[in-house]
Amino acid sequence: MSVDKDTVRRIAKLARLAVPETRLEPMAGELNSIFQWVEMLGEVNVEGVPAMTSVEAQKLKWREDKVTDGGRADELMINAPESTDHFFVVPKVVE
Amino acid sequence: MPPISSDLTAMTLAEARDAIKAKKISSKELTGAFVKAIEVGRPLNAFITEAGEQAMLMADASDRRIAKGEMGALEGLPLAIKDLFCTKGVRTTAASKILGNFVPPYESTVTQNLWDAGAVMLGKTNLDEFAMGSSNETSAFGPVFNPWRASNSNANLVPGGSSGGSSAAVAADLCLAATGTDTGGSIRQPAAVTGRVGLKPTYGRCSRFGIVAFASSLDQAGPMTKTVRDAAIMLKTMASVDAKDSTSVNLPVPDYEKLLEGGIKGLKVGIPKEYRIEGVPAEINALWTKGAEWMKAQGAEIVEVSLPHTKYALPTYYIVAPAECSSNLARYDGVRFGHRASGARDITDLYEKSRGEGFGAEVQRRILIGTYVLSAGYYDAYYARAQKLRTLIKRDFDQAFEKCDVLLTPTTPGPAFAVGAKTTDPLEMYLQDVFTVTVNLAGLPGISVPAGLTETGLPLGLQLIGKAFDEATLLRAAYAVETAADFKHSPAKWWNL
Amino acid sequence: MSAAGKSKNLKGETGEWEIVIGMEVHAQVSSQSKLFSGASTEFGAEPNNQVSFIDAGFPGMLPVINEKCVEQAVRTGLGLKAQINLRSLFDRKNYFYPDLPQGYQISQYKDPIVGEGEVFIDLKDGETIKVGIERLHLEQDAGKSLHDQHPDSSFVDLNRSGIALMEIVTKPHMRSSEEAAAFLKKLRAIVRYLGTCDGNMDEGSMRADVNVSVCKVGGYDEFRKTGSFKTLGTRCEIKNVNSMRFIAQAVEYEARRQIEVIEGGGTIQQETRLFDSRQGETRSMRSKEEAHDYRYFPDPDLLPLELDPAWVEAIKQTLPELPDEKKARFMALGLGAYDASVLVAERELADFYEEMAKGVDAKSAANWLNNEVLGRLNRDGLSITQVPVSAAANNAIIRMVADQTISGKIAKDLLDIVWTEGGDPKQVVEARGMKQVTDTGAIDAAIEAVIAANPAKVEEVKAKPKLAAWFVGQVMKQTGGKANPMAVNAALKTRLNLPDEG
Repeated sequence: MSVDKDTVRRIAKLARLAVPETRLEPMAGELNSIFQWVEMLGEVNVEGVPAMTSVEAQKLKWREDKVTDGGRADELMINAPESTDHFFVVPKVVE
Repeated sequence: MPPISSDLTAMTLAEARDAIKAKKISSKELTGAFVKAIEVGRPLNAFITEAGEQAMLMADASDRRIAKGEMGALEGLPLAIKDLFCTKGVRTTAASKILGNFVPPYESTVTQNLWDAGAVMLGKTNLDEFAMGSSNETSAFGPVFNPWRASNSNANLVPGGSSGGSSAAVAADLCLAATGTDTGGSIRQPAAVTGRVGLKPTYGRCSRFGIVAFASSLDQAGPMTKTVRDAAIMLKTMASVDAKDSTSVNLPVPDYEKLLEGGIKGLKVGIPKEYRIEGVPAEINALWTKGAEWMKAQGAEIVEVSLPHTKYALPTYYIVAPAECSSNLARYDGVRFGHRASGARDITDLYEKSRGEGFGAEVQRRILIGTYVLSAGYYDAYYARAQKLRTLIKRDFDQAFEKCDVLLTPTTPGPAFAVGAKTTDPLEMYLQDVFTVTVNLAGLPGISVPAGLTETGLPLGLQLIGKAFDEATLLRAAYAVETAADFKHSPAKWWNL
Repeated sequence: MSAAGKSKNLKGETGEWEIVIGMEVHAQVSSQSKLFSGASTEFGAEPNNQVSFIDAGFPGMLPVINEKCVEQAVRTGLGLKAQINLRSLFDRKNYFYPDLPQGYQISQYKDPIVGEGEVFIDLKDGETIKVGIERLHLEQDAGKSLHDQHPDSSFVDLNRSGIALMEIVTKPHMRSSEEAAAFLKKLRAIVRYLGTCDGNMDEGSMRADVNVSVCKVGGYDEFRKTGSFKTLGTRCEIKNVNSMRFIAQAVEYEARRQIEVIEGGGTIQQETRLFDSRQGETRSMRSKEEAHDYRYFPDPDLLPLELDPAWVEAIKQTLPELPDEKKARFMALGLGAYDASVLVAERELADFYEEMAKGVDAKSAANWLNNEVLGRLNRDGLSITQVPVSAAANNAIIRMVADQTISGKIAKDLLDIVWTEGGDPKQVVEARGMKQVTDTGAIDAAIEAVIAANPAKVEEVKAKPKLAAWFVGQVMKQTGGKANPMAVNAALKTRLNLPDEG
């Protein structure tokens, strides 16, 4: 399996990363060498092996249904690049 | 253990604790000495944010508590915090441009535990961007330099990574101890190449709440210290059962320091044969053999064990970690915090530009790898297969631990290398984690103990791996190795001139 | 009952087409706090005031699951007679959108908490149809983007971000917009009975995505026989159809559009479409469609969700009587299928009925409720929860009719009085002298008066005994409606020597 320039462009789009046109080709090369190395996993017979979903043998913690948070609209806006009236502001989204 | 030094900053955490308890020194004196040392140590670039003023205020508050007889476990002890832990009111960067001037309105559980125990924060240490790297060279705030230099050279070496700022700070006596995080070796590898102790606890032992996530199923916080005893002291406070982290485990935290000196008579030490890797320098293997002999001499039984899937660990890691990172880092989008690119045409443009400008090359590379391995048509071939491999790697350890109590391995495939030496080929850099990464994949605790010097005078570490949640035995074994190694070396303080 | 719905075929230029409909319903879980954070779920708060750092996707924040939401999902699953999966997983669904702060939605993809179940829907003609449930899973709601506040910007409010939703997915078992609407109505009734979702569509507590496809006649039957989707057409998903009324419009429009495309030589692209209620049409949502690749993987911040079978069983023990069971019980009491299904559609209505029908004839109570109470509510634009006359008061009225204290006609007048003026029906009857007259002396006097005033009619009725009804009416009038009609009838027969049958 080999990654080409178009694939890099496609996954960069999925990842919302602006990768300059001139970086696409070199990035494809870098990814290819990594994926070639990873190919060795293909040697292992994994039939019947369950995929790990958690490294711990622990039960998921459950929380009581109580309101313990909120009322912090001011704090939420402190780090916002743009906000108004406790809303986060982004360029107009067209649906 | 070195004796109490006239230089306050050369003390171990335990020594400083005892000195404060005995009222031989105040927290302010101690903290002041470190604040000064950090200023002098700026050429190392170990800190992204120095918090000297705040540190002195915390020390003052601590001294007042001490005067009232209120002593926490870490009362008045100045620590450095990896800049991946969110600290309330103090800028937290993850060494990335994307976080901009992010000031968290909350505190991570681990650091909160430290402050609750009376510790003092000196500042936030440098790291590889989002903890992705093994040399601290991917930081948006510049590389950190290893306090150590080879005996025959003045070239700057890397301090390991990703917790390179913390390792450098501990080795250069810029703090008593530091926190680190370890996703593939990021505590143990930098500790090894700076001649100090680094402990990665069992996954779930320390809360991940408030730590900027890299790869959630692998990340674990741990201490970076001068001695094994100090690691035991730090872990006791850092670890907790946290209702805010679903993966934090519901087990009491033992007093590791008390259990340290039990000796290792009868302890079964496994030597995994697959860790003899081609291309690893002979002095590494020689040190490994020596380590086994030290332990045997103290009454441990050495057994050979097999971890057959070892060679698949790194490629497995380089699927799992990027996959998780690609999702974890989606929240850095320039909307609610962090860097926002200017002049975006629309929302997609805003995302792409902000992220393109904000993330460095290695982070972008891993996001792309992760996005690719999770994408339609590739999930089964990569991610699903990697998670199956993880099951096999964990089974290897389970089987090995039927025959032994701890495992002994080298920590790194070599000593600290020169800045820039491995930045051209990502794969070469990734190989730094060859001995450490298996431990993260299996969620086990591991510790690196300084064990010797190379011919050119650079430190090397030995790694001990324990059973899940058996940090007590692990630390006891590490203490035995430390005692036998009697590593008393410190770097020449070349930045002090 | 039939296993499959009845297709309401549409005529195209090349022949008849069948409509096939499946639904994905997002039902907001009734809980105090969010699925993975302690922020409130209450509707209508100030912007971003019910948001924790977890809901806003801040660095280092971690999800911790709300036990109530798990319980509600299980309860709903049990109510849908569905398989409860004792082990389920949370996955991340990755995509970028301003109202999705984490950059992913925590959902359940491969291993949902609830598996296959069923819902029976009641149609107007009394027929019942089974709609298969494919699955139910828990997931986080997204926030809200406001696009109309500023010419160049959208505003993001995360109050809804992280609220627990149950996504309930049906099999493609519906065949007309009526069935789709009936399904949604029934599902709404079930979750409201269970108390797991308030079903409030205006506040967005229940939102439906409708999957519509068309196929040539026979294609659906083939699908039901073989289970193969090959004989069905390509489906389009119509997003956020947020009222019962719009479902019919959206389905009709979309089916006709698809037929036109196919008959025009085109093919249907599987896509997401938005229903525009103003234009009454569906529109392609290219913006959301672009490069769909959600890159699902298990959320490493959460462990598998494991349920104790005893815990599930305990929830089962607390399930209320559900609409189908209630309907069956009502029918056993003598109600018709349709009447019963109307009564059980709303839990409050069914409860009202049950209290109202205590100790009286089920059928007459149902008629009273349908004709008198619901008629007046409808007239006044009120819901059953706002009814001015309590169930107990209605019960008292029905009892007075049954024991002949008042006549049916007086009962209606009485209801009007207590409806507008309030008061205890019994006291009103006493105070206003509305009791039915059974005193034969008074009735006889009235009869004599009517006979005296209408001698000609007396002769007529002797020839045509059926005209006796006219006399009864006159006597009732004479007594102001209070005379017992049965007693009047009997007295008239005796007085005029009429035969028994007549």
